[in-house]
Amino acid sequence: MTAAPLLELRGINKSFGPVQVLRDVDFTAQAGEVTALVGDNGAGKSTLVKCIGGIYSIDSGEYLFNGQPVTVHSPRDAAHLGVEIVYQDLALCDNLDIVQNMFLGRERRSGIVLDEPTMEQMAAETLDRLSVRTVKSIRQHVASLSGGQRQTVAIAKAVLWNSKLVILDEPTAALGVAQTAQVLELVRQLADNGLGVVLISHNMNDVFAVADRIVALYLGRTAAQVNATDITHAQIVELITAGRSGDLGLAPAAAAIDLGEINGVV
Amino acid sequence: MAIVDSPAPPETVPGSASRTLGQHVNDYFGRVKGGDLGSLPAVLGLIVLCIWFTIQRPVFFSAINFANLFTQGANVIVIAMGLVFVLLLGEIDLSAGFASGVCAAVLAVLLTNQHVPWYLSVLASVGTGLAIGLTLGTLVAKIRIPSFVVTLAAFLAFQGVALLMLKNGANISVTDPVIRAIENKNLPIWLSWTLLAVVVLGYLVVQLLRIRSRAARGLATDPLALVATRVGGLALLGGLAVYFLNLERSLNPLRTSLRGVPVVVPLILVLLLVWTFVLGRTAYGRHMYAVGGNQEAARRAGINVDTIRISAFVICSGMAAIGGIVAASRANSVDSNTGGSNVLLYAVGAAVIGGTSLFGGKGRVLDAVLGGAVVAVIDNGMGLLGYTAGQKFVITGIVLLAAASVDALSRRRAAATGVR
Repeated sequence: MTAAPLLELRGINKSFGPVQVLRDVDFTAQAGEVTALVGDNGAGKSTLVKCIGGIYSIDSGEYLFNGQPVTVHSPRDAAHLGVEIVYQDLALCDNLDIVQNMFLGRERRSGIVLDEPTMEQMAAETLDRLSVRTVKSIRQHVASLSGGQRQTVAIAKAVLWNSKLVILDEPTAALGVAQTAQVLELVRQLADNGLGVVLISHNMNDVFAVADRIVALYLGRTAAQVNATDITHAQIVELITAGRSGDLGLAPAAAAIDLGEINGVV
Repeated sequence: MAIVDSPAPPETVPGSASRTLGQHVNDYFGRVKGGDLGSLPAVLGLIVLCIWFTIQRPVFFSAINFANLFTQGANVIVIAMGLVFVLLLGEIDLSAGFASGVCAAVLAVLLTNQHVPWYLSVLASVGTGLAIGLTLGTLVAKIRIPSFVVTLAAFLAFQGVALLMLKNGANISVTDPVIRAIENKNLPIWLSWTLLAVVVLGYLVVQLLRIRSRAARGLATDPLALVATRVGGLALLGGLAVYFLNLERSLNPLRTSLRGVPVVVPLILVLLLVWTFVLGRTAYGRHMYAVGGNQEAARRAGINVDTIRISAFVICSGMAAIGGIVAASRANSVDSNTGGSNVLLYAVGAAVIGGTSLFGGKGRVLDAVLGGAVVAVIDNGMGLLGYTAGQKFVITGIVLLAAASVDALSRRRAAATGVR
């Protein structure tokens, strides 16, 4: 690897009180690639994403962006780097319309007045580029949108900015078959446009459909970072459930100790 | 932003087609059916109440009573405007009434006892309001005490502060001509008409400029017929109001003439325009709605939620101070009951009747004015019909409950139909 990865995390630790959620987690994401982040419930996927997005600050470890060490303490810091996160619960304001949601917190102004025409135009063009045809009016309130439309608005919100890394938390979890296909196509298109994309998913079909690389978390540790072509469906499932699969994954001792700890606690 | 730069604006922006007047009307009925009633209950209520009271007591529709409505409702409307900000966040300020009383007491003590010029007294009074709001807002946003409890405690405490400042209930009269003019003087006839002309023309120009700037970018614009209807409606209603207010309403015109728009009307108009601009056209206002709609989304968007919440309480208490000054002007004095009794209930009622939601995220400053008009009409009309204080309290309580029910039910319907 000659060029520095877009995002590289080394040895990230994060605890909430006595509970250590992330232990020496390593994670990399390349520009122009879809990196799938997989792991069972409680493996630390959401915590890792919130650390990347500046919602939580990390206890220790290195956060490198384009090879440069950076500190991220707030969502604003992350947005400044070009990191955008689309959360599972989408974080849209039902009482605002599509344009207002897309520009929330980063409104365009002329003087002290909101520059509504510019914002409306930029929002419309972004939706058009993403081939969104299902929305009747971009001035309709988000409350009146379907699940797929909300997901699209949330993704459009993330790419509206000059973002470099887009993180999608379970974007297809609540969608039907056709809408899932549309969103996955959108995900692939983002990466083909040169953005780094991190896709969190429980659905292995989705993962193998779009991912270039796969990172598996197991009980707060990085079990493996592999190319999607080098691994089978069954191996991934093993990594998720046991932390190791053949030569891949955590050393048997580490995985066993972790499991022992968990069993001991429970 | 580089990815969205395009060399030339497209003919029409997708998802942004202009609609005709008929479609706008259809949309409106669709919204109402879907549970987004807006100001409809307040406007309908106002019309029905006015007709009912006029039938019962024709004097209700006299020039003098019409002017009374404005001066009687003014302090409640001003306090309700401030409350809209707190209600937008889904919070409540129960202390706004007595905060206005304390601020009025500050004004009276400075003006009458200390002989401070009126502008410094007003400054001190409003400053007191802002400080009160800062304290309440900090307790709510930083210490995270529910606003209900904080302002309930403040409600009791401010009642006491007013008593202490006024030496256990003494009445301080306010004789300053400027302060008294707010509620007791009228604009000259020519100025009344000029004011109306400026408002209507200003509204027309703002609408036309908006259409021009949007059309230049290929965005949807309101049809001219809709603009004409709005501007015409404003001119008609405003013209009727100014005409009635310019009628002679003195019982003995030869001694003193009593005509023109009360001074408090332009004051309310300015406050309405300023706050409507802030809420509708600035990023601060947008963030206020966002925090009220989904606090977590606002926080993730990088909005400083605590600052927004504190500022809402500062605006509310600051407006309460102005309401207190108006009340002092109307009574020509301040006593320990200024801002007490039913003032807070009326102000919350005004905002909710006007269409501001108690659940947060929905409301306009105009709601306070429309709802305040309903409250003023009920209060005034029941007085004319000779209702006792007890009956008035019961009926006002029922009206407030009805407005809150409409709010809750329309919210449920909006959630079910997805319209909002």
